Amino acid sequence: MTTQASLVRQITDFAHRADPYPLYEELRRTPVLHEEEGGPYVISSYYDIEALLHDPRISSDAANLAAAGADELSQAENTGLPPSFIRLDPPAHDRLRRIANSAFGPPHTPRRVDDMRGELAAIVTGLIDGFGDARRIDLVDRFAYPFPVTVICRLLGVPREDEPRFRAWVDPLVASLDPETREEAGADFAKSAQEARTQLGMYLAGLVEQRTREPRGDLLSDLVHSRGPDGAMTMMEVLSTAVLLLIAGHETTVNLIANGMLTLLRHPEILRRLREDPRLAVNVVEELLRYEPPVQMVPQRTCIADIEVRGVTIPKGSRIWLVLAAGNRDPERFPDPGRFDPDRGDIQHLGFGSGIHSCFGAPLARLEAQIALAELARRLDNPRLVQDPPPYRRNAVLRGPRHLEIAFDGLR
Amino acid sequence: MVADYLERLRREGRIVIVGASLAGLRAAETLRAEGFAGSLTLIGDEPYEPYDRPPLSKAVLLGRASARHTELPHRREIDAKWRLGVAATGLDLTAKRVRLADGDEVEYDRLLIATGVRARPWPKEEEARLDGVCVLRTRDDAARLYQRLRSGPRRVVVIGAGFAGSEVASACREKGIPVTVAERAGAPLVGALGGAIGAVAADLQLENGVDLRTRVTVTALEGDAIGRVRAVHLSDESVVEADVVVVSLGSQRNTEWLTGSGLGAGPRGVACDAGCRAFDFRGIVTDDVFVAGDVARSPHALFGYQFLSLEHWGNAVAQAETAAHNMICHGADRRPHLWMPAFWSSQFGVNIKSVGVPPMGEQLMITQGSLAERRFVGVYGHQGRTVAAVTFDNARWLEFYQRQIEQGAPFPVEFPTVDRRPEGRQPVPADFPDPSLPTHGPTVTLSGYSPADRQLVFTPARH
Ligand SMILES: Cc1cc2nc3c(=O)[nH]c(=O)nc-3n(C[C@H](O)[C@H](O)[C@H](O)COP(=O)(O)OP(=O)(O)OC[C@H]3O[C@@H](n4cnc5c(N)ncnc54)[C@H](O)[C@@H]3O)c2cc1C
Ligand code: HEM
Repeated sequence: MTTQASLVRQITDFAHRADPYPLYEELRRTPVLHEEEGGPYVISSYYDIEALLHDPRISSDAANLAAAGADELSQAENTGLPPSFIRLDPPAHDRLRRIANSAFGPPHTPRRVDDMRGELAAIVTGLIDGFGDARRIDLVDRFAYPFPVTVICRLLGVPREDEPRFRAWVDPLVASLDPETREEAGADFAKSAQEARTQLGMYLAGLVEQRTREPRGDLLSDLVHSRGPDGAMTMMEVLSTAVLLLIAGHETTVNLIANGMLTLLRHPEILRRLREDPRLAVNVVEELLRYEPPVQMVPQRTCIADIEVRGVTIPKGSRIWLVLAAGNRDPERFPDPGRFDPDRGDIQHLGFGSGIHSCFGAPLARLEAQIALAELARRLDNPRLVQDPPPYRRNAVLRGPRHLEIAFDGLR
Repeated sequence: MVADYLERLRREGRIVIVGASLAGLRAAETLRAEGFAGSLTLIGDEPYEPYDRPPLSKAVLLGRASARHTELPHRREIDAKWRLGVAATGLDLTAKRVRLADGDEVEYDRLLIATGVRARPWPKEEEARLDGVCVLRTRDDAARLYQRLRSGPRRVVVIGAGFAGSEVASACREKGIPVTVAERAGAPLVGALGGAIGAVAADLQLENGVDLRTRVTVTALEGDAIGRVRAVHLSDESVVEADVVVVSLGSQRNTEWLTGSGLGAGPRGVACDAGCRAFDFRGIVTDDVFVAGDVARSPHALFGYQFLSLEHWGNAVAQAETAAHNMICHGADRRPHLWMPAFWSSQFGVNIKSVGVPPMGEQLMITQGSLAERRFVGVYGHQGRTVAAVTFDNARWLEFYQRQIEQGAPFPVEFPTVDRRPEGRQPVPADFPDPSLPTHGPTVTLSGYSPADRQLVFTPARH
């Protein structure tokens, strides 16, 4: 029998990474779970999560989190830059997000994401062609991992010839965010990650300077030249925003694609339908964000006042974990929540969060995943899982397979 | 007995809906969705299938949508008899018959009144007939106004700075047309949101180049020799030359056709109970006549059972659904109409939303953001409780405040928020005009109160 006192630890325990859903089900039985003094308040039911994501007494501010004594899951990333808007509260958050948005989406730049459609398809085609004669590959290393960095490069406006250098810095930086890698790799790795960070920072700074002098149509140019009522970002703000886009859009997208292919291979009927009708990708991706969300929880919140949730008072200054993946399978909200069913009429998942911090990159992430999964479904002939479950990454928040070995009979 | 009757009603009864717009259509759809298989008749005096009004003062005036293409999407097949282009002119409660303008009579077992409101016209008829003097309620109104704005008027005068008037002014400015707004109160939106927020709306207008004249009334519209409007005379003796005048003085309920029917209907609308059943003039509730939408006036449990008239899109939908449900249900299965009032508007690039009943509030606190930045959340308090909230470009927080209102959360709001500024620590007067004076177009009208609820008694005189 599992005792309640160990639930949080079980969730972070690597042993449960492949299938945390039974634990989440248990979590929901105590919708506001507070296991030990000083530990987080864990929220797991859909409507409570949704409400707290819209509650102005809940803070994302890195300083508040530090004051609350960060735990294993909720430590601020050390990028050496001022906090980016994901770790800021309004009004600072709103100002930066507005400026970033004016360079990224409607109404100012409505075509930014849609215009990337062709480019995304070309990158995907290139990666799949790159499988060559292989009949067995690791989909994470060969496809899911390289894809988002290339996309972010194009989005920011990193010149093609610099992409390999850029990637060489990003890889250790992203890897260093993973506690497992940090733990295992030791001091040398930490040093090289620090070096990569510095180099990346310098490279980006150079690029920003160049775009300040000579704007192009890319996102960086728009960030430094934003002329809206909020003015432009400072150099440091541009840098931390660029790094935010890089980090927030990386592992998440890798996991969405890897979780996606894994789920499709476990549901061959749906994989077949997707192969026959790529338009199904839209619903497949939405249902994936509900069923296997790449961001399992948001552990970076604190409350700045006493708040009451379901009769439990969460004292001011407490850390709060919002377990999106548990809310996504809350039977109070979704009928038959444990079933992967892209035909659901109503898939209002929490996979991208909600409220003012809801995923900034969602339109891009959706498009990336739709194109990637539709193309993989179309081009891989008779794909099969080599190992089920696959090995997972240590990370309990950004959960996904470390490797996804698949075999297939050829490319179409 | 009753069960038999209802069974028969659901199977082969006759339901008539008067008013074929938002509330009428949604009610018809709900009736069918809930299994009503009898005959369904929709009577509407406009010659069009139900269409949506909010775009008329926004996208349509800007030319981003055509007035002819704002039809309401149908949620399902309703298999109804449509009597469009013909008004209902009378109601016989005893014989259960609706009289039509073309002399026809339609019998019903259950009737839904959803005749909404119309624009209050300029009171001096002769002046109102001048070419260039417009109102904005219907799709034809919008098409005409759009054409006038397109033909490059030298100046537009908007009379009345409620939501509709302000949106028209905003559209004019966006098209680069000079516009003067004349408002009796001290600022725009005062009737709906109070003077404190109104001041922000005033800044917004001024900053966007509106020639805003407050604390004035229009005394006369002047025409030229061939009957076109050429100038507007104001109570401060100034004269503004203009070739388009938009009269935006709020609305009048379409209840004239019910005169003499014995229903409790009049200039303030048709009163009904929380289950949407109309009262007769004696204050006794009927059981076969229901009301929904802008024309209804119904008591709200959250607001001291006051009778609220809500000219809100969302209210029309929710009330229509409840009315339809209750029309074909047993007493025990009926539901009260408990919709939380909510309203939105977009003007001068700002998205304004409110929940609850702002005009009930005596005090206001800015709990997030700042008035000066025009991005904020304002909370209204009435006798120690939170009764409403308004956001300017901050709508994502509104849900939270809606729950606060539902829970009767205490006011003043003491808790800190992620963006609480020093200016928001103290409540300030919300500054609504005396409700006994006319204002232009509040979108919530309060009337009466129930002594049954002692915590939320509303005092109309506001002393
Ligand atoms: C320009 C404009 C902008 C708006 N913007 C917003 C907004 O941003 N947000 C918001 O929440 N709300 C807005 N509203 C309000 C919203 O449109 C109304 O709340 C909604 O239309 C109410 O629907 P209803 O069906 O109750 O009434 P109506 O839409 O008024 O429909 C009543 C219908 O009944 C017909 N009728 C009247 N008398 C008779 C009769 N005797 N016989 C037959 N038919 C009759 C009328 O002609 C009309 O077609 C706006 C309204 C206007 C005009
Ligand atoms: C499948 C892919 C993705 C998932 C599941 C995902 C999920 C999320 C979630 C849950 C949040 C909310 C965090 C919080 O509330 O604290 C978030 C925020 C954010 N995401 Fe994503 N994301 C994805 C891809 C991307 C991409 C591709 C980008 C960038 C191009 C991106 C940029 C951001 C940013 C900038 C934020 C912070 C928003 C803010 O604080 O206002 N994300 N994302």
